[in-house]
Amino acid sequence: MRIVVLTKPVPDPDARAERLGPDHRLDRAASPTVINGNDEYALEAALQLVEAHGGEVVILSMAPANGTETIRKALSMGAHRGILVTDPALAGADMPTTIRVLAAAAATESFDLLLGGLDTSDGAAGAVTAGVAARLGVPLLSAAAAIEPDPAAGRVRVRRLSTKGYDLIEAPMPAAISCTQALGAPRYPSLRGIMAARSREIVILSLNDLGGDLAPAGGAWATTVLAVDLPPARAAGRVISGPAADTAREMVDFLASRGLV
Amino acid sequence: MPATILAVGEIADGRLTKLSTEVATLARGLAEVAGGTALGLVVDPAPDAAAGQLAAFVPRVIVVTSPALTGEVAAPHVAGEIVRLLSEGVTHVVLGATTDGRDIAGMLVGLTGMGMLANADEASWADEGPVIRSSVLGGKAVTNSALTSGSGLITLRPGGVTAEEAAAAGVVETREPSAPVTPAAIVLDRVAEAGAVVSLEDASVVVVGGRGIGSAEGFALVEDLAEVLGGVAGATRASVDAGWVPYSRQVGQTGRVVKPALYLGLGVSGAMQHRVGMQGSGAIVAVNRDRDAPIAEIADLFVLGDLFEVGPALVAEIRARRGG
Repeated sequence: MRIVVLTKPVPDPDARAERLGPDHRLDRAASPTVINGNDEYALEAALQLVEAHGGEVVILSMAPANGTETIRKALSMGAHRGILVTDPALAGADMPTTIRVLAAAAATESFDLLLGGLDTSDGAAGAVTAGVAARLGVPLLSAAAAIEPDPAAGRVRVRRLSTKGYDLIEAPMPAAISCTQALGAPRYPSLRGIMAARSREIVILSLNDLGGDLAPAGGAWATTVLAVDLPPARAAGRVISGPAADTAREMVDFLASRGLV
Repeated sequence: MPATILAVGEIADGRLTKLSTEVATLARGLAEVAGGTALGLVVDPAPDAAAGQLAAFVPRVIVVTSPALTGEVAAPHVAGEIVRLLSEGVTHVVLGATTDGRDIAGMLVGLTGMGMLANADEASWADEGPVIRSSVLGGKAVTNSALTSGSGLITLRPGGVTAEEAAAAGVVETREPSAPVTPAAIVLDRVAEAGAVVSLEDASVVVVGGRGIGSAEGFALVEDLAEVLGGVAGATRASVDAGWVPYSRQVGQTGRVVKPALYLGLGVSGAMQHRVGMQGSGAIVAVNRDRDAPIAEIADLFVLGDLFEVGPALVAEIRARRGG
């Protein structure tokens, strides 16, 4: 099986240093960069599937030139090779362009499965995997909590998280799957993996390499950020401590003052 | 071209979801300011009840039904209907920011190249198009965003718009189904899990157990408090990842976004991904042993203490006052 995993480098949410720059775009220099959390679950699932069924895991990112760093981390976790689409004309790319570019790059690989995170921690629109699936005309299995391919039958089953539990859904391969944390925690790179990753290939592609009109000229994106405000400040809260019975009484007083009990 | 704004309805248990009533209210409100028209869409094997509910909000509802929809994932079918409606003059599409809404939006962006305004907390009509306000980066900033052309998509977060029915009910019109935009996955089974709840978004009180609850047994305290407060018990990603609580109860970026009148967090640290899902709550109360927990930054009342002491004392205090 060949599994392409869409991985996006994002500001590390745990560093809590994300900010928007004066151009209203994410200030990518302000924070350390990690693989988007849901993409890591996708990667872990892909690695396990290839361990069970054979094949290779291909990492695909669209990112600035230093996107090779997060691809290298994915390779050190066990992915076999990487593709980075990077181009100055893609800085600040909108959703349609991102989807077009990723679909064009994914189409260069004859994949069985295309995995992506359910959403990203920075953009959070949660639409890219579905958009790539639609452009490539492959079925989408979204919000995956478990992935069970049957390569002999050419089909894949997914547990799709629902508000009540899950739906068991199935489609022919090739197929696209959006992935959730319910797939299980990602592994850490091993020392051997880190060594092996050094010799694994990362192909770097520009828009020209992919061909076609994938991005609008001059960054004429479909959406624009008009203004950035600070969120409305919450009034400074009260901090209480002491014996539990006393704090419980104060809590109920607070709730009563707000009409909440 | 006058704006024609489509509200996409979602159905749960045969009824229109609360978020869909907010989506429909927003679509109608935008159309009124724009001098255009609003309409609704319901695609389901048993759409009648929900179509009637949607017609209370918009002047025209298009209903598409087919037996094939019973056994297939809906998104590519719904996207197929919207592609047809776009060719008939729909300029803007409003969807809920749910898994289905985002899947449909993504498919439409991929196929049409339309712009997408994601995760609106509210939206207005200014000049020639919609402008959305959206909390981004875990609540660190609020952006105002617009489309640069005369058409596009909006996904709406729950709770940002107050649902309000129209003065007069709309007409319902049934259509033959369009082709799905991709092959649809088939549904083999729909499994309900014990402990799964559907009403987190609608609850006026949400009590959340974080890593500090320590075990599945610890979640019983969270449920006790939820019960005595007339609310629903939720969880953070940490307690779901630990296997103490089913995923369907998770509050946060991946999971449910809640805006209750009261949020009570027990042993919740307040990681960014969790705050995205609860920071719109009316009152935020947190019990934590760590004074430096990030949730202290947004809590109206922060109780520094052991949740296993404070929690039962709170249950007892509420019961005592009600009894007295």
